[in-house]
Amino acid sequence: MSSTTKVEIRSGPHIKGPRTVEQIMLNVVGSLMFVCAFFIYQYGISAAASICVITAACLLTEHFFVRLGGQSGTLSDWSATITGLLLALTLPPGFPLWMGVVAGFSAIALGKAIFGGIGHNVFNPALVGRAFVQAAFPTAIATYTPSFLPGRFTEFIPSTLALPLMTPADALTWLHDKQLDALAAATPLARWKFEGVLASSWDLATSLSGHMAVGPSPLLILLCGVYLATRRFMDWRIPVAVLGSAALAALALHAVYGSRYPDPSFMLFSGGLILGAVYMATDMATSPATPRGMWLYGALIGLLTVLIRYYGGLPEGIMYAILIGNAATPLIERISQPEAFGTAVKRREKEK
Amino acid sequence: MSFPGVQDTRPNWDEFMEGIWQRNPVFVMVLGMCPTLAVTVSAINSISMGLATTFVLAASCWLVSLMRKMIPKEVRIATYIVIIATFVTVTDYAIQAISLEMYEALGAYIQLIVANCLVLGRAEAHAARFPPMAALFNATGMGLGFTLGLVMIGGVREILGSGTLLGVPLFGADFQPWVVMVLPPGGFFVMGAWLLLFAIYRARKQRPDKPGIKPDAVKQAS
Repeated sequence: MSSTTKVEIRSGPHIKGPRTVEQIMLNVVGSLMFVCAFFIYQYGISAAASICVITAACLLTEHFFVRLGGQSGTLSDWSATITGLLLALTLPPGFPLWMGVVAGFSAIALGKAIFGGIGHNVFNPALVGRAFVQAAFPTAIATYTPSFLPGRFTEFIPSTLALPLMTPADALTWLHDKQLDALAAATPLARWKFEGVLASSWDLATSLSGHMAVGPSPLLILLCGVYLATRRFMDWRIPVAVLGSAALAALALHAVYGSRYPDPSFMLFSGGLILGAVYMATDMATSPATPRGMWLYGALIGLLTVLIRYYGGLPEGIMYAILIGNAATPLIERISQPEAFGTAVKRREKEK
Repeated sequence: MSFPGVQDTRPNWDEFMEGIWQRNPVFVMVLGMCPTLAVTVSAINSISMGLATTFVLAASCWLVSLMRKMIPKEVRIATYIVIIATFVTVTDYAIQAISLEMYEALGAYIQLIVANCLVLGRAEAHAARFPPMAALFNATGMGLGFTLGLVMIGGVREILGSGTLLGVPLFGADFQPWVVMVLPPGGFFVMGAWLLLFAIYRARKQRPDKPGIKPDAVKQAS
């Protein structure tokens, strides 16, 4: 290997490396552990319960379908664990646990099992699960609570413990009873969209100060992403393309209508953009395999996110942007195929 | 003319059950998907739609069968459509008279029974080749099978989407409705789930000795 100076990585398996699916997935799970720990630090036992229950629902569903359908793939490949962890991180910390089970089940059943299991899925399973509960329970999924509440390690957010099939308790009443209703329960994106209140980008990036209703720190996620990219467990091009195109689109709009649209740093650090760009858009089964395809795919997702956030009805747009990007992947692969070795010469000869 | 595999043209029970189970229009033949996905928001809508279709199906198949020797082959489709449209018009007015509320809930789908491929398919494939009583039996079975399929989808959508069944609350006032179930995607989800269950059932039946199902068996069944 030492004599090889430059190797370009291409899709077709030419030489089998020692790296296995389990190894890649285990590293992703390992890096997600830090993100989950931060999420629990923010929201306490409600977040912990949410992560555990949703991941367990994903694993049980995976086990059920693998047994039922004779599909290849097992729980020990860790892919269902990743789906569960990511799904929990994209949902509000006080999301009712029974709805979390519904989300976990639909993530694996609709997103993965019906396509034939690991490696055959068309869409990112975690986002399919989230899209299902977004359509089924639009109120519960938009109900956030502020982070770093006092007593978060001893008391559940009441909506977490809603009885199966029953409407969760109102979070605002609970905050009011605790005399915390001065804190903003809406996400920074929703506050910007519906109330015109802009949060500071640095607070958003660290997620440490204030009682903002945000997910885990984008900076921490970026660090984990840098680790995964340097160890080549994921391709750096996709997150760079997603974030770059979102930043460019936001910058262009900010330059034209500075009064109406915030600067790109708000776009980058708010909502789930970085989580989606690092962990979900890079899902190997649902993203293009060629470098050119990855750039196109990432740019499409970034641009769609900005469009949906600024012009759509929902405050957050990364979920549908990635799902549309997943759907466009076969088309992107078709137009981004590299020329096979030798065919370029033949074509040039023919043109002469 | 005879149907392959069927020698006896007298009406019999198997002919009736065929439409309900072996060749269920919704889950086996997958016909008439437009009303199946559109009106199955609740069980009562499904029952009304199913029974309306059953009436049209049974009446027009009976009439087509009666007239099967008079209808010239070249214009048979047009003739069937005229016959079906007649009964659809009757049903349309009848439902309007019985319950205006239901008529508005079902909307254009009552008139669209005329375009339901199940009705034309039965007239062409069965009623035109069998005597009236056999045709009536088969068509009634098919219609009830269609109703059953609709109710199986509509029931699940009503339970999850509104927490009621036939308008009776099942879970009390605190029930959290699954909004997606009363929206069009809900129809696809529930339909797909039932089809999946039936595919698994059939694959299991083919290989009773195996605990799990081999992928090729599932492919064969679906």
